[in-house]
Amino acid sequence: MHMTTSKQEYTITVYTENQIGLINRIAILFSRRKINIESLNTSPSEVEGIHRFTIVINETEEVVRKLCRQLEKQVEILKAYYNTNEEIIWQEMALYKVSTDAIAEKVKVERLLREYGARAVVIRKDYTVFETTGQREETDRLLSVLEPLGLIEFVRSARVAIIKDSSGFHEKLKEFELTEPGEELIENEYLDKQDQVFSM
Amino acid sequence: MSNATATPKTAAPKSKPIPEATAAVVVRELTGSQAVLEAFLAEGVYTIFGYPGGAIMPIYDALYDYRDRLNHILVRHEQGGIHAAQGYARTSGRTGVVFATSGPGATNLVTGLADAMIDSTPVVCITGQVFAHLLGTDAFQETDVINITTPVTKWNYQVTDATEIPAVLAKAFYIAGSGRPGPVLIDITKNAQLQKFSYEGYTRCEHIRSYRPKPIVRKKYIAEAAALINEAKKPFIIFGQGVILGKAEKEFQAFLEKSGIPAAWTILGLSALPTSHPLNVGMLGMHGNYGPNVLTNECDILIAIGMRFDDRVTGRLDKYAKQAKVIHLDIDPSEIDKNVKTTVPVWGDCRETLPLLTALIEKKTHPQWLQKFKDLYQQEVDAVIKDELNPTTPELTMGEVMKELNALTDGNAIIVSDVGQHQMVACRYAEFHQSKSNVTSGGLGTMGFGLPAAIGAKFGAPDRTVVAIIGDGGFQMTLQELGTIMQFGVDVKILILNNRFLGMVRQWQQLFNDKRYSFVDITSPDFVALAAAYHIEGSSIDNRSQLKTALKTMLDHKGAYLLEVFTGKENNVFPMVPQGCSVSEIRLK
Repeated sequence: MHMTTSKQEYTITVYTENQIGLINRIAILFSRRKINIESLNTSPSEVEGIHRFTIVINETEEVVRKLCRQLEKQVEILKAYYNTNEEIIWQEMALYKVSTDAIAEKVKVERLLREYGARAVVIRKDYTVFETTGQREETDRLLSVLEPLGLIEFVRSARVAIIKDSSGFHEKLKEFELTEPGEELIENEYLDKQDQVFSM
Repeated sequence: MSNATATPKTAAPKSKPIPEATAAVVVRELTGSQAVLEAFLAEGVYTIFGYPGGAIMPIYDALYDYRDRLNHILVRHEQGGIHAAQGYARTSGRTGVVFATSGPGATNLVTGLADAMIDSTPVVCITGQVFAHLLGTDAFQETDVINITTPVTKWNYQVTDATEIPAVLAKAFYIAGSGRPGPVLIDITKNAQLQKFSYEGYTRCEHIRSYRPKPIVRKKYIAEAAALINEAKKPFIIFGQGVILGKAEKEFQAFLEKSGIPAAWTILGLSALPTSHPLNVGMLGMHGNYGPNVLTNECDILIAIGMRFDDRVTGRLDKYAKQAKVIHLDIDPSEIDKNVKTTVPVWGDCRETLPLLTALIEKKTHPQWLQKFKDLYQQEVDAVIKDELNPTTPELTMGEVMKELNALTDGNAIIVSDVGQHQMVACRYAEFHQSKSNVTSGGLGTMGFGLPAAIGAKFGAPDRTVVAIIGDGGFQMTLQELGTIMQFGVDVKILILNNRFLGMVRQWQQLFNDKRYSFVDITSPDFVALAAAYHIEGSSIDNRSQLKTALKTMLDHKGAYLLEVFTGKENNVFPMVPQGCSVSEIRLK
């Protein structure tokens, strides 16, 4: 793995037990180091009973790697992975509330829906709510179209991400459930890819 | 914050535990409070340091019936309680246990939790909490203890239902004591303490799927480490508390003696290796020995064992051992490469990894390299140590007090130190023959740690002499614990090294702030009279001719004793690596 020293967007995927207060334990690992969390999503994972946090930060790889070690050190965290944007499929969802009158007068709604992959969730006399899902540029593009039309409300969800080369957490969990971990449970999968002196 | 006194109850306890005849399978009705105490018995914990209060009263009520099996030490402040538990853990190798009530009782634990966290000390704290239905209502003595303590605990958990207690306590003891140890806090609401439930016995926790106390030992890296060591011309070992926590003193010494490599220690690693061992070359870091600091930047292989490259050890990181290949043995994977980049990481408990490494290394000696340490030590003797241990000035030095103390205890005492100049001097000059003998607040540098930690240290090692070496500043932070010493007859020897200054800060102000002594001039009460008020005998000396006799009187005294020694007001601790400098820029003057 090539080590980059400049800051970029990293998506951290954390597999955890579902425990009250864990979100605080995770959040303070970032705030203690004065690192801003750009996006945070919690959800169930592919494995029943295992929770999945998706955290986006803008940092150097060295910092992200150290953070993942600190995350894994927490008792209720099973595993933390980090990935660049190229290594994941990611999406965000956005909702836009606009005046129905303004839309009806000034925009060809069907074109809007087609071009921006948007969907009208609610259409009322007084307002319409559109929804679109995509990457930041895509949700931003629709925002720029709707803003001049008197956007009433806008909200965007946290990022959700799928790791391209992940085969899921089912097998990993089985290893964790063993009292004696096998050799397969690798604590640092990056190590063997380094030169003699590996750095982080 | 206590709103109840421990007066004997006249009425019979409501539910006495059923006698031993009951087999584990028999389900019996217990309260949450009783389940807590049963957990202690099952874990072999017999000493509790605590302070009662409203929200923990049900546990104290249950404790009344366990007085014959559990030894509760009533401290004078919750901070004293947790420091005592830390001292207990450090000298006994077992987990220390603390009781505190909600609100202020719990917040008073925070300093000790932070201290135990950074120094990897196994402690389980039980705090009372308001009734579950009052959580979040700003009830009397309610505070959000879980969130306050999250950054300073290895794990914490709030119990609101008594049925959870056996499993949660089992988890608490397992987490506190396994892997890299640390503090755990369990907050129990009052309703859960009172609640009766069907108790099915206590099962010790041995596995938590999301928790890996020990990383896998990977032989490949052990082989790589051994190859580096076998090729090394100037190898150097630096070791920390990991050796003690891993109970790996023998394994470490075997590795050391086969490899013939000089070894230096962090202040938490002190006493893991006898100070007189021929390969023990002294102390690392800011006030450590000259040779180990200078030669860190000359060695070709640096072998770090159970230590975490604290900034007080490394000095300026970008000029730290840059010429060396680094082998790092640690149980905590997040420590590898955290501060110093590692060439070969050896994950694992050093009790397991060291023998594997020892088997692969060649038996060697490094006489020329070792001679370099000896030569630099001689330079340090000439420039610093000679005058510190055999001063010609009229005023006493802290070093000569340590020298006389070593002679009288023959290096067999447990030395508990507080924080500051006296701490550095105590660690530099104390002699030790056995492990778990040095108790000090390393990572957090908690002034006020010394006196309560010494109380706990004595309970942890009741057959050993415990000497608490404390400065005039730190002593005044927790001197209320003299009350605990008085009430429980704790045999600790309190040695106050009084230089009438907050000495370490004064030293920095002298060296780096043009002697602008800003609020370091501290006035003290008559410590001997103060001790007398607690029925503790004591004396005070300021003259060299009295030193040996006074120390002997203190050590020979049956029970606690306070000896105050006035030392030179403006003596400095040297050598010193100034902040922001490389370890090899260590100053002798």
